[in-house]
Amino acid sequence: MTGAALIVSAPGPALTVQDLGRPGHAGQGLSRGGALDPLALWEAAALLGLKGPVASVEMPGMGAAFEVTAPMRLALTGAPMQATLDGQPLVWHAAHPVQPGQILRIGGTTGGTVGYLTPAGGIATPPLMGSRAAHLAAGIGTLLSDGTSLPTGDDPTPHRPACTLRPEPRFGGGSLRLLHGPQTHLFDHARMQSFLAARFTRGPRSNRQAIQLLCDAAQDWHLDAGGMASEPIQAGDVQITGDGTPFVLGPECQTIGGYPRIGSIHPEDLPRLIQADARSPLQFTLLDDAGAVPLPVPPAARLKRLAASVTPLLRDPAQMQDLLSYQLISGVTAGDDLDRP
Amino acid sequence: MPAAARDPVALPALLPLGLDGVLVRFGTTFTEEANRAARAFAAEAAALDGVTEVVPAPASVLLRLDPLDQPADQVQGAARALLDSRDWLSLPPAPAARCWHLPVSFATAHAPDLPEVARITGLPEAEVVTRILAERPRVLAIGFAPGQPYLGQLPPVFDLPRRAQLQDVPAGALTLAIRQMVLFSNASPTGWMQIGRAAFRPFQPDATDPMPLCTGDEIRFHAVSDSELEALGADPMGGARLEVLS
Repeated sequence: MTGAALIVSAPGPALTVQDLGRPGHAGQGLSRGGALDPLALWEAAALLGLKGPVASVEMPGMGAAFEVTAPMRLALTGAPMQATLDGQPLVWHAAHPVQPGQILRIGGTTGGTVGYLTPAGGIATPPLMGSRAAHLAAGIGTLLSDGTSLPTGDDPTPHRPACTLRPEPRFGGGSLRLLHGPQTHLFDHARMQSFLAARFTRGPRSNRQAIQLLCDAAQDWHLDAGGMASEPIQAGDVQITGDGTPFVLGPECQTIGGYPRIGSIHPEDLPRLIQADARSPLQFTLLDDAGAVPLPVPPAARLKRLAASVTPLLRDPAQMQDLLSYQLISGVTAGDDLDRP
Repeated sequence: MPAAARDPVALPALLPLGLDGVLVRFGTTFTEEANRAARAFAAEAAALDGVTEVVPAPASVLLRLDPLDQPADQVQGAARALLDSRDWLSLPPAPAARCWHLPVSFATAHAPDLPEVARITGLPEAEVVTRILAERPRVLAIGFAPGQPYLGQLPPVFDLPRRAQLQDVPAGALTLAIRQMVLFSNASPTGWMQIGRAAFRPFQPDATDPMPLCTGDEIRFHAVSDSELEALGADPMGGARLEVLS
C-alpha cells in the first residue's frame, strides 16, 4: 500500500520527524541528532511488531491533529499525552488501528516532556545522509506545519487489534548516574560533593540542543575554564556554564565546546533526564571511577524485553467513558528493578 | 587561576568520555604543536581495531567505539599503543595535501566588523584585507556546526578577543577572533567578528559530499566584489576551486 500518508493539522510548536539520527559525522561537525527519547521509538517498535525503530513524529509538550489516508496502526509512546480518536479517549503507551476519516487529536503532555506518534510503516520521507531526522540546528529538515502530509511506509497488518505495553518508568525524575569524563578531575572534592548534593529541575532554556538544570542551592561548583581549548562533546555530557548552571547536552548539540564538563550521564539514564518535567526532581550519583561501568542494554535484548511486556488492549477504549480515571500506568515497573544498581 | 592552567593530567592524555568514547588530549590550550598532533593522530586512529568514528578537535581527538561490540579497554589499549609509538607533540609541520581557493567579498555590506578589527589591530581596513588575502591558513578543526572550519593560525596582530555580546552572522560569514577564522555553515549568533562573506557553503546537505572541507586543508581567499559574490551565490560551492598539492 504505497502512497499512504499521515496528515498533520494544527501542530504544537516543536513537532519534527525523528529516528535514531545520523551517527558517524561528528568529525565533520554534525552531531548525531535523532529522538530526544530513543526509548520511546523502541517501545513503538515493540508495540508495532517491528524489527527496530522507524521514523516517528516527535511531539515536545504538545501534539497535533492527525488523519491517515489509508488504514494503519499508530503507536503512541513516550510522555503520556491527552489523546482522542473521534472524540473517544485513547490509551497511551499503546498501538491503535486508525481508519481514513477518523481524527486523532493529541493534546498536551500529562506527565513527562515529549511524546511520539509512530505509524507502523514508519514515516517515509526521503532520508538525508542515512536518516530522516530533522536536525534544525544543522539546517536539516523543518518543523512540521499545519497541513503537512507525511508519506508513510506500508503497514502489512493495519487492522491488528490495539495493544499496550508497560513503559520503562522514566516520567517523574529521579537519580542520574554520572560517568567520569575527561574534565571531571578539574572539579575538586568539595565541588563534586556540592554538585552531588544538589536537587535539580528542568529549566525553561531546554531544547533539543541542551537541557538546562536549575537548583535552589548556591551553585558553588563552577570553574573558571578560560583559555581551555574546545574539545569534542556529545549528548549526555554535563556542561557547567559560567554561573554554575549545568546544561546536559542533547541530541542536537554542537560537536566541540569549551565549557568544562563535570561528567556524562549514563546513556541508559538519559531518557529519565529528557522526560523529567519542571516539577520532577533530579539528582546525580557518581559512578565509581575504578569500578566496572554498567554497559548499555544491547538493542536486541531491549526489543525482546519490551516485546515481552506487550499485551492486547482487552477493553475497547471507545466503551470506556471514564477511561481517564483509571490508574493505567501507576506502579508498573520494568521488571528488572532487582538487577539495577 | 583558570582550570586549564592547573590541569594536573600529564600530556598527551588518554581519557574515557561516556561509555563509547576515548579522548586523546594533546593540549589543554590551543598550540600549533597540539593541533598538528591531533590531526596526525586522528588520521591514523581511524584504522584502529574497534574505532567506529574519529572526531578531531583543535588540540584533542575523540575516538568513538561500540562498547557492546568491543570492550572499551581494548580500544583504549590500541589507542595507547599508537600514542606511545612516537612523540606526537614534536611532529614537524606537514605540508597541506589540498588547497581551497575561496572567493570572498570584503565589501562593506559583508564586513560589518572590519572597522572594529582595524581599530583594535591599529591597521587600516585595506591593510587588514591585504594581510588576510596573503595568509594561507589551514583547517585546524571542523566542528560546532556541520562542515564548519576553524582556520588558522593567524599572526599575533589578529589575537582579538571574542565579543561578549553575540551578534547574528549569515551563512558564509568569514569571521575572525583569537588568531583564528571561522567560515560559518549556517546563520548563527556569534562573538566572532565578521570581516567578509563567501558564497561557498561549508555544509551542502544535498550534495554527494555534504561537507567538502577536511582538517589540514589549506585555504586561500580571493577578493571579489559584492556583485561578483552575488553571481556566485546560486551554487553552494560558491566559486570554490580545489587545488591538489601533493
